[in-house]
Amino acid sequence: MADIVNSNAAQAILRPAATPIVIVGHVDHGKSSLIGRLLYDTDSLQDGKLAQIVESSRKRGLTVEWSFLLDSLQIERDQGVTVDSTRIPFRLGDREFVIVDAPGHRQFLRNMITGAADAEAAVLVVDAQEGAQEQTRRHAMLLRLIGIRHVIVLLNKSDLLNFEESAIAKAEADVRQLLGRLEIEVEAVVPASARDGDNIASRSERSPWYKGPTLIEALSNVPPPASRLALPFRMPVQDVYRFDDVRYVAGRIERGTVRVGDQIVIGAQRQVATIAEVCRWHAPVRPVAGAGESIALRLEPDLVPDRGDLLFPANDEAAAPERAARIRTRLFWLRGEPLQVGESFVLRLATAEHDVTVVSIDAVVDLDDLTLRPGDSVPPDGFAEITLATSHAILFDPFSPGFGDGRGVLVDRHQRIVGGAPLIGPAELAEGTHAIHPTSSRISAGAQAAARGHRSGVFWLTGLPGSGKSTVARATEADLAAQGIKATVLDGDTLRAGLCSDLGFSPQDRQENIRRAAHVAKILAESGQVVIVALVSPLQSDRDLARKIIGEEFHEVFVDSPLETCEARDPKGLYAAARAGRIPEFTGVSAPYEAPQAPVLRLATDRAAEETAQELTTFIADRVR
Amino acid sequence: MDDLDQLEAQSIFILREAYRKLRPLALLWSLGKDSNVMVWLARKAFMGRVPFPVMHVDTGKKFPEMYAFRDEYTKKWDLDLILGDCPPVEEIDPSLPPAARSAARKTAGLAALIDQHKFRGVIAGIRRDEQATRAKERVFSPRGAGHRWDVRNQPPEFWDQYATPYEDGMHIRVHPLLAWREVDIWRYIERENIPLVDLYFSKNGQRYRSLGDQDITSPIDSNASTVAEVIAELEISKTSERAGRAMDHESEDAFERLRVAGYL
Repeated sequence: MADIVNSNAAQAILRPAATPIVIVGHVDHGKSSLIGRLLYDTDSLQDGKLAQIVESSRKRGLTVEWSFLLDSLQIERDQGVTVDSTRIPFRLGDREFVIVDAPGHRQFLRNMITGAADAEAAVLVVDAQEGAQEQTRRHAMLLRLIGIRHVIVLLNKSDLLNFEESAIAKAEADVRQLLGRLEIEVEAVVPASARDGDNIASRSERSPWYKGPTLIEALSNVPPPASRLALPFRMPVQDVYRFDDVRYVAGRIERGTVRVGDQIVIGAQRQVATIAEVCRWHAPVRPVAGAGESIALRLEPDLVPDRGDLLFPANDEAAAPERAARIRTRLFWLRGEPLQVGESFVLRLATAEHDVTVVSIDAVVDLDDLTLRPGDSVPPDGFAEITLATSHAILFDPFSPGFGDGRGVLVDRHQRIVGGAPLIGPAELAEGTHAIHPTSSRISAGAQAAARGHRSGVFWLTGLPGSGKSTVARATEADLAAQGIKATVLDGDTLRAGLCSDLGFSPQDRQENIRRAAHVAKILAESGQVVIVALVSPLQSDRDLARKIIGEEFHEVFVDSPLETCEARDPKGLYAAARAGRIPEFTGVSAPYEAPQAPVLRLATDRAAEETAQELTTFIADRVR
Repeated sequence: MDDLDQLEAQSIFILREAYRKLRPLALLWSLGKDSNVMVWLARKAFMGRVPFPVMHVDTGKKFPEMYAFRDEYTKKWDLDLILGDCPPVEEIDPSLPPAARSAARKTAGLAALIDQHKFRGVIAGIRRDEQATRAKERVFSPRGAGHRWDVRNQPPEFWDQYATPYEDGMHIRVHPLLAWREVDIWRYIERENIPLVDLYFSKNGQRYRSLGDQDITSPIDSNASTVAEVIAELEISKTSERAGRAMDHESEDAFERLRVAGYL
């Protein structure tokens, strides 16, 4: 099957892969100029490029504008901003670098992330005179979140401070303090002028006091990307092919190595297989493959993994990934609207796709001072720590700077990437609780209200048996319908006939009955409906539980009818049965009824049921219109 | 792994993503060096076969050597070849400079093929280092209705996760060679022994560095007559690869206008 190579591979020079460097910083602090200067100083410009820049600059009445090298799109030249990231290779001695130029403008954050997410090192360009600005903070935060390990600060435009040592020391201290707060280690702070070339490739005579590295020296000191070969084997399955009756499990090894004869686990299926063959086409036959290689495996037995299944070593607990259904993650949020708790997405993790729901927003980054604060939502272009719940336990390795593990992205139902989610680790669950995996409607409450012409709400009618709750509820339902308001009634008998038919009347079962009713009411309300619940719900603690489940849409209505009246009506003959001792624990007779202390509405029932219903109808209509 | 291994592994990963996520899918084969490398990488990704059609959008103005090459390797590599032709230049936007207008014929031909076959994914061999607007590209680049490229509103793309939004009338251009440089292509051709049209090699002191249509491509002065000599030449050359392509130089934004409209 394998076609053995007989090419000149042996003579090819072995070159290490290029080290990606991202250049970030506030708009106008000089990123593009710096790159232009770097390319010029390292003799990396193609013929004609310099002439082109000089000509473009002249046309616009400027002296040499280095940034034109990169800002090559017409719109960029006209607007003077970098719209998108550009990648430019350049060489320092034997080492290849790829510069990623990231735009500074706030609205282009996602483009910046597109450029920066794989960088090994970053140059943070800060105008020495202006100091750290909004984008400096934002980009610094991003460097932390995407896990860039090596950060070099370039104090650009130091000529504007005449390279004055004390002024530069002050600027340096400010930037160091900012990055210190983010636990970013700074490799060097270089006072420089990109435009004039001071301390870029050569030492500036204008800063004789400066003993640190030039920018180029600092870049040369960045260690090459870490080897992932020594870590335990991981291969997320990318696809499974069947060609000529051979099944190939295709994927890229993310870390470690794999060898023919190794036993591996197919993560989701928890099945063990042996590597029968490492398959390559037109390449030397080797029984082993390592991190970074895109290969195909033949398994024995011939199991069929799914895309997304993580392959990892068998029989080695220590080499297994984490397994959890609730995961804490960092987040950079790229959607134009805020992120809310309860929203559902697909978490893409390498080749796996998992349905997830945001169950909590644990902290939101305040971009003014970079502190973490509690918050209900994550604003556009915001950063946060959140907890995601999945419908089943998933396998993952937490994110770690410089490695590919745990780098999740959130994808919406239009297949758009709306957030980056480097995973921190399993989220703690309170003792005795089960992980839950809710999803939420993607139709906003506002959209539902607009479609229906009214808002939703739960009107919880409590009162003694026979007080007339169901009668009032049904009459109100009809009255509301006549006004164009769709209402649903949940009453005790209806629930107990079906959903709660397994429940008795013990305090525990009564509480369970209420809990279920509250959840159903909540679901209906979230679909935009008005819900009228008619349940005795005798205990304050049970009604508090319902309030807690339903939230602010819960309205407690007391159907207030004296015991004697109810007993006299006794429409279902229950009081008579209770008095005869045939019903144990009957509310009002042999079990307590705790009247609400502060209902939003008290309905007196010493009048015709229609009148009572009209009062309730008016009350509800006022609240949902 | 050296740098070529890494580029190869990444391109294979991208091709496999495209095959899994975008169906129907096709690969553009212009018969030039980059697209030959791309076909080769597809064969690597899928164990020696290309499991989707390759498309040649024919302007009718290619060099005879290229047509001969196409016929030979379609058979040799067992490719499922789809041919498309291009409308006459008279039907193309007359406000474009002449060479760009000629090149835009190919855009129209390509658009017709994509519409006809309802492709959701089209693999193309562009590289970032070729031209400044290409440097702005995504690996998975959504093309909206009318196949237009919205350069100012491209999706985020990081950590090898590619957006695959889909609405009627749109498709995704997939670019597995985006990170490759011209010299990488040649070093890989050398390493893998990938066949090429011999117009790339010097005859009488001239060779083609980039192959387009006959009427808008010119040869460069060069004595490089083997792959190794071409690599040696490129290692010291500081001339832009597309220096021989007329349309890149007609006006500052001609190429950008072509690309926004769907040109490669």
